[in-house]
Amino acid sequence: MSPPLLSAHGLTKAYGSRLACAGIDLDVTEGEVLAIVGESGSGKSTLLSLLAGELAPDSGQIRYRMRDGQVRSLADLGPAELRRLMRTDWGFVRQDARQGLRMAVSAGGNVGERLMGLGERHYGRIRGQALDWLGRVEIDAGRVDDPPSQFSGGMRQRLQIARNLVTAPRLVLMDEPTSGLDVSVQARLLDLIRRLSAELGLAVVIVTHDLAVARLLSHRIAVMRAGRVIETGLTDRVLDDPEHAYTQLLVASVLAA
Amino acid sequence: MSAAIAQRPESEPGYNFAYLDEGTKRMIRRAILKAIAVPGYQVPFASREMPMPYGWGTGGVQVTAAILGRSDVLKVIDQGADDTTNAVSIRRFFAKTSGVATTTRTAEATVIQTRHRIPETPLTEGQTLVYQVPIPEPLRFLEPRETETRQLHALAEYGAMHVKLYEDISRHGHIATTYAYPVEVAGRYVMDPSPTPKFDNPKMDDCPALQLFGAGRERRIYAVPPYTRVRSLDFEDHPFRVQAFTQPCALCGARGHYLDEVVTDDSGGRMFICSDTDICETRVAEAAR
Amino acid sequence: MYVAVKGGEAAIDNAHRLLAEARRGDQAVPELSVAQIREQMALLVDRVMTEGSLYDPDLAALALKQARGDVVEAVFLVRAYRTTLPRFGASAPVDTGAMAVERRISATFKDLPGGQVLGPTFDYTHRLVDFALAADTVSEPAAEAEPRADAGTCPRVTDLLAQDGLIEPSPRDDGTPVGDLTREPVDYPADRALRLQALARGDEGFVLGLAYSTQRGYGRTHPFVGEIRVGTVAVEFVPEELGFAVPLGRVRLTECQMVNQFKGSGAAPPQFTRGYGLSFGQSERKAMAMALVDRALRAEELGEPVASPAQDQEFVLAHCDSLQATGFVEHLKLPHYVDFQAELELVRRLRAEFERKSDAVEMQEAAE
Repeated sequence: MSPPLLSAHGLTKAYGSRLACAGIDLDVTEGEVLAIVGESGSGKSTLLSLLAGELAPDSGQIRYRMRDGQVRSLADLGPAELRRLMRTDWGFVRQDARQGLRMAVSAGGNVGERLMGLGERHYGRIRGQALDWLGRVEIDAGRVDDPPSQFSGGMRQRLQIARNLVTAPRLVLMDEPTSGLDVSVQARLLDLIRRLSAELGLAVVIVTHDLAVARLLSHRIAVMRAGRVIETGLTDRVLDDPEHAYTQLLVASVLAA
Repeated sequence: MSAAIAQRPESEPGYNFAYLDEGTKRMIRRAILKAIAVPGYQVPFASREMPMPYGWGTGGVQVTAAILGRSDVLKVIDQGADDTTNAVSIRRFFAKTSGVATTTRTAEATVIQTRHRIPETPLTEGQTLVYQVPIPEPLRFLEPRETETRQLHALAEYGAMHVKLYEDISRHGHIATTYAYPVEVAGRYVMDPSPTPKFDNPKMDDCPALQLFGAGRERRIYAVPPYTRVRSLDFEDHPFRVQAFTQPCALCGARGHYLDEVVTDDSGGRMFICSDTDICETRVAEAAR
Repeated sequence: MYVAVKGGEAAIDNAHRLLAEARRGDQAVPELSVAQIREQMALLVDRVMTEGSLYDPDLAALALKQARGDVVEAVFLVRAYRTTLPRFGASAPVDTGAMAVERRISATFKDLPGGQVLGPTFDYTHRLVDFALAADTVSEPAAEAEPRADAGTCPRVTDLLAQDGLIEPSPRDDGTPVGDLTREPVDYPADRALRLQALARGDEGFVLGLAYSTQRGYGRTHPFVGEIRVGTVAVEFVPEELGFAVPLGRVRLTECQMVNQFKGSGAAPPQFTRGYGLSFGQSERKAMAMALVDRALRAEELGEPVASPAQDQEFVLAHCDSLQATGFVEHLKLPHYVDFQAELELVRRLRAEFERKSDAVEMQEAAE
């Protein structure tokens, strides 16, 4: 079996005296969708920021298997290398689309930015790729020159996905991508994420407080509480037959609702 | 020496040669040397308060003051012209504080301080063109933070710059930036050429003269050494193009010069004349002979 | 034949002669002396010295006369003169605790060693125009104060709080050289010394507006005026060849120490924090505003979220200087023919394209 795509060891991060993440170990293999679930304040968003390199851990390390097969510690990558990795091989879909998109730039420009950042200098090809990706995330080609400020919430999230996937990343981090959307819009977005991740063989780490989202999308689940991962396992197993008392409570509370 | 050169006997008493004290000049020269060593990179320098306002050429004035020697011949232009008020004011300042010879002839000048134009007469080796720069940061209107833009330069992350050009094309069918058109210097740094019209950008490329840029208020100096590649940003299928004027200069008949539009009456009368007054006058005088 | 008119030397000379005439005004009215400005427009002189970063009342008064009373222009003259002055070194830090106090108030303690000294202040005056001043007047002599038992001892309020450990300690002088933003370009993040320099030189109106914004919720700091004191302090200089301090003279200063609430962080216990303001002469509004903004700019250091303009050091430092601001705003008066020509050509082209497109649409509609 090939080594994991991403593996975290002993990730710890404290805010003052409060431990947001305490010694977290985590593996993600290629093509796998991992859901991190827990209540707000459980540390799951901090964990995602640590994985994304936006926060520096107090201790612990993250290793990643690069496209050339070499396994590197993210801490050893220079800032230039790290940023290049983030905008080619990784994607980050944010809860608030305004943080993940340039709101005043057209949809085409949003999708094309990563390509231009990598040195693509042919307008026709950039636009062609942008149109192709808008199609794949079910945004009408006629909207290519409209800025996302004129888009609905669901469209903005789909545009964010297109903007991230245009460079064919292998790993995509998602922070509550469906929260705040209407139920029908949510369903359509989840469907799209599931289809694209399967088609493209993406590894996805998705943070969500919604167990239904986790069940629909993920192969595996990690349950977080008070900065620790208290239970991990295959999604169906964890949700149907939770071992930890807290997970049982979490699952029961959803069923009761 | 030509009649166009005005020689003044000596400099203003009570002030150091070219106004700035020698310590300040050394500091500015160090910044200039660093700028020449790293073409297109914006070197921070401790800009001084000058007796003219920020935004009126204090950066260019400090660079000129730091490089000026007694045997230099100085030309100052604003909008291409030697006789615009600010050009007159700066030329007088140096005539008064340094006593160096001044000229309006591009070919006779060793140092040319400019605002918004590059002379039409090709520059030669040994000449220095000093630009006055209001906003040195080409990324400023995409990213207002200095800490962030410096990092983008360090990592050569210029994707956002092309996003702006992309937006122009998708909206207008062509790139709609007409002046302060961003360039890439020596294959590395993206640089603001100061608010010269993009018409002048090609003159910066492989230029035999040294080009220095001074931004006083923003406290930055940058440079393009002689014979350096300066490429205007563009797309392969939408290459950089300069403005073309359909008519020749109404005074000297030149084609291929940048022209000013002059309103001649209140019923829509217009004429187009060279913005570079030196070359225009020279051509008119030659034609009269 | 057409000859382009683009200004010229004669025009500038004539404009300057007109300016000199306008500055003098009606010749029938006696001319102001520099001494009159210095003595009777003292607060204006203080402001010009503060923002001009040069303590010289006569020079500031002269600058005001030359600038026709325009504060920013006077600051400009003082700063441009300051640039040309040789620099021998830095004075020893002045001891405001040993200030000969003319005014000293605290809003945090009703009474304190040294007492509350109201001094010459507009506070508690009714702002009624005094028409008697329109005629030349001789003012009544001021009342003589009863000497207090504790007169002469005037400890700073923040020192009193520090004895109980209730306020963060004043940062120790650890010998690291203090930067000088008039000699070195600011590199962000700028340390507190540089920030205070920028605020001291900053435009009073701008700094005041920022300070006010913190009170209205944009970066709240829960301030109290620990103390404002106005008076003279001794300035001393240690020449390298002597090795001991030599008195140079006295300057009048206004110091404001704001005391701000702080709930504590992971590393620091709950305690009061400081905001500091210092200005030349009697410039209370400026010193208070400076102290508020200084504290707001410490947000990052104290682990507070940075969300408001007054907490954003790049925003504050890059825009508080009146000379930089006025220069760049006013440079829009300079000719921009060349850039405008380029834009003119672009707009014409875009309009032509727009009209072609709408014609095409009309044709198509007509055909359908």
